[in-house]
Amino acid sequence: MEAVFLTFILMLSIFLGFELIAKVPATLHTPLMSGANAISGITVVGALLSAGSGHGEISGLLGAVAVALAMINVVGGYMVTDRMLAMFKKKETPDASTGGKR
Amino acid sequence: MIPEDIALQQLINGTYIIAAFLFIFGLKMLGKPDTAKRGNLLSAIGMLVAIVVTLLAREILSYQWIIMAAIVGAVIGALTARMVAMTSMPELVALFNGSGGLASLVVGWAALYSTGNSTFTVFTIFLAILIGGVTFTGSLVAWGKLSEVMPSGAIVFGAQRIVNGILLLALIYVGAMLCLNPSTSSPEFYAVIVLSLLFGVMVVIPIGGADMPVVISLLNSYSGLAACAAGFAINNIILIVAGSLVGAAGLILTNIMCKAMNRSLANVLFSGFGAVKTATKVEGEVKPIVAEDAFLILEAASNVAFVPGYGMAVAQAQHVVRELGELLEANGCEVSYAIHPVAGRMPGHMNVLLAEANVPYDQLIEMDEINPRIENVDVAVVIGANDVVNPAAREDENSPIYGMPIINVDKARTVFVLKRSMASGFSGVDNPLFFGDNTRMLFGDAKASISSVIAEFKT
Repeated sequence: MEAVFLTFILMLSIFLGFELIAKVPATLHTPLMSGANAISGITVVGALLSAGSGHGEISGLLGAVAVALAMINVVGGYMVTDRMLAMFKKKETPDASTGGKR
Repeated sequence: MIPEDIALQQLINGTYIIAAFLFIFGLKMLGKPDTAKRGNLLSAIGMLVAIVVTLLAREILSYQWIIMAAIVGAVIGALTARMVAMTSMPELVALFNGSGGLASLVVGWAALYSTGNSTFTVFTIFLAILIGGVTFTGSLVAWGKLSEVMPSGAIVFGAQRIVNGILLLALIYVGAMLCLNPSTSSPEFYAVIVLSLLFGVMVVIPIGGADMPVVISLLNSYSGLAACAAGFAINNIILIVAGSLVGAAGLILTNIMCKAMNRSLANVLFSGFGAVKTATKVEGEVKPIVAEDAFLILEAASNVAFVPGYGMAVAQAQHVVRELGELLEANGCEVSYAIHPVAGRMPGHMNVLLAEANVPYDQLIEMDEINPRIENVDVAVVIGANDVVNPAAREDENSPIYGMPIINVDKARTVFVLKRSMASGFSGVDNPLFFGDNTRMLFGDAKASISSVIAEFKT
């Protein structure tokens, strides 16, 4: 039953993903990709659970390695996306020279 | 389970719903330029929420290692995200992708140590290792090609399909053996890891540099699917939801990239580009031009479109391009930047570079928008782009890129092509554009060429 339930969730999430991304303008393709990439670092949650689970030393060590790797993906991914998005600006209107650019 | 444990588990799962909501909403906001920055922040908060609530889980017995590992990972990620140049963004995305994939592989591996796994669970562990492994080595190869640590062209050899076929069969066999007899010490288990890693290398090496946008977005999709498989392996809902969202998003992007090249995904993956060179040989005379003459034409123009390609990234010419654009605008000229969906080495590569140079995003226009009014463009300035403006894609049925939608710069009144030399483009296809009557070649480094045109403007 559990497997069926999880597969059901999988199916709905995939459809949702398709719907969310289908109409994104080309300008945002890179930040979108790297932002999505950061989300795929969610595997850090699984890594945390196995790192602390006490299924034995090897399992714990593997978990810790996975935590470090996934954190690179998460922190790096979000930061670099933010850095890119900070550069995207609209054309400045002449009267709004100070602030209000975003 | 004792009642407190059940309550705690419910709290954790309930909080995962909030995290999932933040991811979904964040992704939605990432799709619009005005809200993208907040969307990314929202999704980062979702990640933080998911991580913090997971730390409460009763399964976690010791925090020492976890905290150390998390700090090490976060510092490495933050430093690289900060320091890397915008032009090397494709490589960086590939590396982050790879580390996420490897993490999923290791999570799958560790899950095999817990006792009482059902066959279905072992099968998902196998999938997590397989997809995670392919993502990891595939991303490494992509990184190698993008940063030119290794040759960026397609690496093809005769028996490639046979080797890949055998590899795939072997993977299915060891995967089945692992499912029947799950053990972390069996040779089959190690074979799964090694073969998955090898498979990742084999699928990416035959793909040439010009097809990289497809590969990068596909690997992005894989890293999501790997997390998703790891979620099944450890029965964790947030991994499944977030992983499949990313998987689907990556597939959509991959599809957009494939459409932009008029090729099927299978064609990109299995046929090394440029392997067949039967295109009609183009002959003719190229008409070179010097910066002074280019300046005179540009000064008289009232509508200029820049068409950038990978060469602009290589020459780091985005800043001088923007400067020239501003000078032209001050001169009363209408300036736009026409960007082909697969220009560069990742989806949206050119947009990021031009944004870095402070070009407002409303001046960046897509192929479908420029083509209907290309006849009204006085000068189309092609900077380091080749295949995406090659009229052979429209006219020459024998050309390997025949059918690919292009920006029809050859129909503009005048075309300037900034090019280092007469070598053919990445795909090794000849470009009749260079021999067109209305084409002028401005040879040399793109940055230097544009700088000298700017110098003319200022005198």
